[in-house]
Amino acid sequence: MKASKLSLVLTTLLGAVLLSGCENNMVVFQPQGPAARSILDLINFSLVMMFAIIIIVFALFGFIVWKYREKKENLDYEPPEEHGNTVLEIIWTLIPIIIVVALTIPTVKTIYALDKIPKGYEEKEPLVVNVTSADWKWIFSYPEQGIETVNYVNIPEDRPIDFRLTSASTMQSFWIPSLGGQKYSMANAETQLYLVADNPGSYMGRNTNFNGKGYAEMEFEVQSQTQKDFDKWVKEVKATAPKLSEKEYEKMLEPSHLGRKTFSNTHLDWVDHSKGQSQNYIKPELYKREHGYPGKIFKEEKLETDHNQHGTDHSQHGNMNEETNDSHGGEHNGH
Amino acid sequence: MGINWSEFFVTGDPLILASQIAIVLTSVGAVAALTYFKKWKWLWKDWLTTVDHKKIGILYILVGILMFFRGGVDGLMMRAQTSVPENTFLDAQHYNEVFTTHGVVMILFVAMPLLIGVMNFVVPLQIGARDVAFPQLNALSFWLTFSGAMLFNISFVIGGSPDAGWTSYFPLAGKEFSPGIGNNFYAVALQIAGAGTLMSGINFVVTILKMRIKGMTMLKMPMFTWTSFITSIIIVASFPIFTVALALMTFDRIFGTHFFTISGGGMDMLWANLFWLWGHPEVYIVVLPAFGILSEVISTFARKTLYGYKSMVISITLIAVLSMLVWVHHFFTMGNSSAANSFFSITTMMIAIPTGVKVFNWLFTMRKGRIKFTTAMLWALAFVPNFVIGGVTGVMLAMAAADYQYHNTLFLVAHFHYVLIPGVVFPLFAAFYYWWPKMFGYILNEKIGKWHFWLFTIGFNLTFMPMFFLGLDGAVRRAYTYSEETGFGPLMLTSAIGAIILAAGFAVLVYNIYWSARYADRNISNDPWDARTLEWATASPVQHYNFAVLPEVKSLDAFWHMKKNNEIKTLNEDEIEEIHMPSNTWIPFYMGNVFLVAGFFLVFEWTIAAAIASIGIFAGLIFRSFDYDEGFHVHKDEIIKTESSWRNVGKGVKNHVS
Repeated sequence: MKASKLSLVLTTLLGAVLLSGCENNMVVFQPQGPAARSILDLINFSLVMMFAIIIIVFALFGFIVWKYREKKENLDYEPPEEHGNTVLEIIWTLIPIIIVVALTIPTVKTIYALDKIPKGYEEKEPLVVNVTSADWKWIFSYPEQGIETVNYVNIPEDRPIDFRLTSASTMQSFWIPSLGGQKYSMANAETQLYLVADNPGSYMGRNTNFNGKGYAEMEFEVQSQTQKDFDKWVKEVKATAPKLSEKEYEKMLEPSHLGRKTFSNTHLDWVDHSKGQSQNYIKPELYKREHGYPGKIFKEEKLETDHNQHGTDHSQHGNMNEETNDSHGGEHNGH
Repeated sequence: MGINWSEFFVTGDPLILASQIAIVLTSVGAVAALTYFKKWKWLWKDWLTTVDHKKIGILYILVGILMFFRGGVDGLMMRAQTSVPENTFLDAQHYNEVFTTHGVVMILFVAMPLLIGVMNFVVPLQIGARDVAFPQLNALSFWLTFSGAMLFNISFVIGGSPDAGWTSYFPLAGKEFSPGIGNNFYAVALQIAGAGTLMSGINFVVTILKMRIKGMTMLKMPMFTWTSFITSIIIVASFPIFTVALALMTFDRIFGTHFFTISGGGMDMLWANLFWLWGHPEVYIVVLPAFGILSEVISTFARKTLYGYKSMVISITLIAVLSMLVWVHHFFTMGNSSAANSFFSITTMMIAIPTGVKVFNWLFTMRKGRIKFTTAMLWALAFVPNFVIGGVTGVMLAMAAADYQYHNTLFLVAHFHYVLIPGVVFPLFAAFYYWWPKMFGYILNEKIGKWHFWLFTIGFNLTFMPMFFLGLDGAVRRAYTYSEETGFGPLMLTSAIGAIILAAGFAVLVYNIYWSARYADRNISNDPWDARTLEWATASPVQHYNFAVLPEVKSLDAFWHMKKNNEIKTLNEDEIEEIHMPSNTWIPFYMGNVFLVAGFFLVFEWTIAAAIASIGIFAGLIFRSFDYDEGFHVHKDEIIKTESSWRNVGKGVKNHVS
């Protein structure tokens, strides 16, 4: 008997200690925007339900195991033949159904709400930020402002940000836990995420979808500012930041960690990775590991020109392989 | 072929060098010991060529325990690396390989072989059969699983381990981002093992449908047989999807096709969909038989028949159906439409309903019972509270909108370890303690067993409970390091300490097996737990033909009612007839080896060599087609001798539980 009771006590104790110890500063419990807040409401609601279930089941378990344990006094007790009880079985089928329904309603509501601009901000015009993830950095383009940043993103407070996610390489997941939930960024596809920051502040953002050696450090900073500060920053960038060339961009996409960078134009001028059949700058030979047996790397044949419409005028030349390395720069300059 | 020998062996890491040396020494030691003790013939006749479902079951369990050690060391290395911020014990590349192999090994080469091993041993005995429907196919299943496991296992010393996660998501796992051959090991080894599993599934569906003893209708089958049956159906339904997905992966990686690549019009999300279309049912493939084990153990040690048997059957059937309808919940964050996410949220949460019914049925099986706290029962009891934590967090993750904050964090990692360890490993340990006397004729030591139990359960909670909180604080899975400022340090360290206690628990199990094999009392009855199902009606360890005379079944818990109604007849020599049994065969073992060699060549992309080696596969198939061995008959004298030797022991020592 000691067995089960002790395990029960231990689990509860451990839970209690950990809960009291960290709940206050856990990032998911500290929402800084309406999206994160609506998710937290849902989480809190589910936590209440779950704790209720845990308490009921644990209590019933503890009671039954304690009461019907084998003792010296009951060794000649022979349990009755008992095959079930239809009423009881219907009851404990119905209760979970009710719980599931109770959880479903707010879940579905929140799912639909998160796909739209958060409530109360519909009036404000969203700021579009194109996010391009690459190994292992985040590239943010502001098409309206015509500027681009790497590994940090400045946003105005109290204004919905329309993040349009795509990837120049592996699949990543874009997550700013303080502001809201995450979404994948994938090559040849565009996903979308609306987030709003309540106040000026600095928040951590990162990739949560494993994508190779540099994954652990693939973080960025979100800097929420007042609209005035944001406008000032944009102006400053336009005036002082260098221009990004396609050649530099291609270099930037190679697997590496970069610090912060700022440019006064965007790579959307020559490539949008979310478009199917767009130019890709993948160089498999740069992903070789230090140990292990090397495998074949496949040469890409040029695509038929029928697909030309999808991409920019650059879309044909760039399918990567090790042979074209030398001629690459030249090809680009040719445009 | 231009083999690049300098890159053939993985070099440059002291941990790997030590493993390489250990592998060589162990192999030399094993060969030397077999030669010295003149055991080669025994090994060949009794084990390598056997078609006996009991021996095959034990072989599966042996492989499972060995691979548990391997997967466990991977897990310990991960916990060691993350125990403190910015640790340099493993670098990123090494860590990526370790968590990849940890996941693959634990699911496919620990959980699967252990459960299929228990199924192999127990199911034919529970339904009163002399073997499975296709004994030779069963042996082939095992040797393919074994080949797959060995091929996967050597990757870290030869060629380089896979490093794209156990899910091996494209495009990362493709040649564009993983040009080394490491991920070929994943594609090829899992294909070989998967073929073995698929054959097992077919075998058990047929066995359970066609080989039940007289009187055992479907609704009189023991619950473990029921869950094995449903599991086999899910295997048959879902493994072909994995086979196809792996084949496409192999084409992409070895022949340069574009099913999942970024360039050439590939579709990376297609892999995620195919993978989880198999991967989610796979969770139920491992969990359902474990539920069956719990039903047997709880019923036996509470001395009551299973409560709500019919609702249990309905529940597992519903779980099987729903398991095929929830796969999208693994990527709610892929930008699916709100409608799709809502649909899959609801189907996922619906799984909680039949699962809840099962938990309540187990609790009410114990109500009004007389609960005996054997080690097997402790594992079954510990299941309830721990699994409930895994279950409720599963419901939380099923709520798609909330999942946007949990996805890919340690919260998720904590959740699935709370499902798979209490839901699969605890029941497997219960199965070991419970069926060990039936397998080997002695009971695993109960006192050492309790050490095993307490160390393992406490260690488990200490390892994974902190991860819930780390996840909510933004700690992501699969990251080899984190900075000091994150504040993850203390909880990560707690988790690492828990892992050491967990490992100590496993070590105690190994010691228990050693101790009991040497010192445990052999003078036990064939029914030491006063159990309820047919496997306890025959000798321990079970004679190779299982039952001298096949009993007839009138009710659920057939053996229990035979005992109650004094229907257990003494052996009547006139009733004994010759028993027809299948002969041993070398073909499955041979096939396993050919697959291993051909698979190895394919992994290294030496396609011509692989093609030549695979001629051996067809040679084996042709040879088998012309094999007219009809098996052999066990003579009456031998049966009488075997039967009288165990039946005349008298009552023996009935119970070793103090």
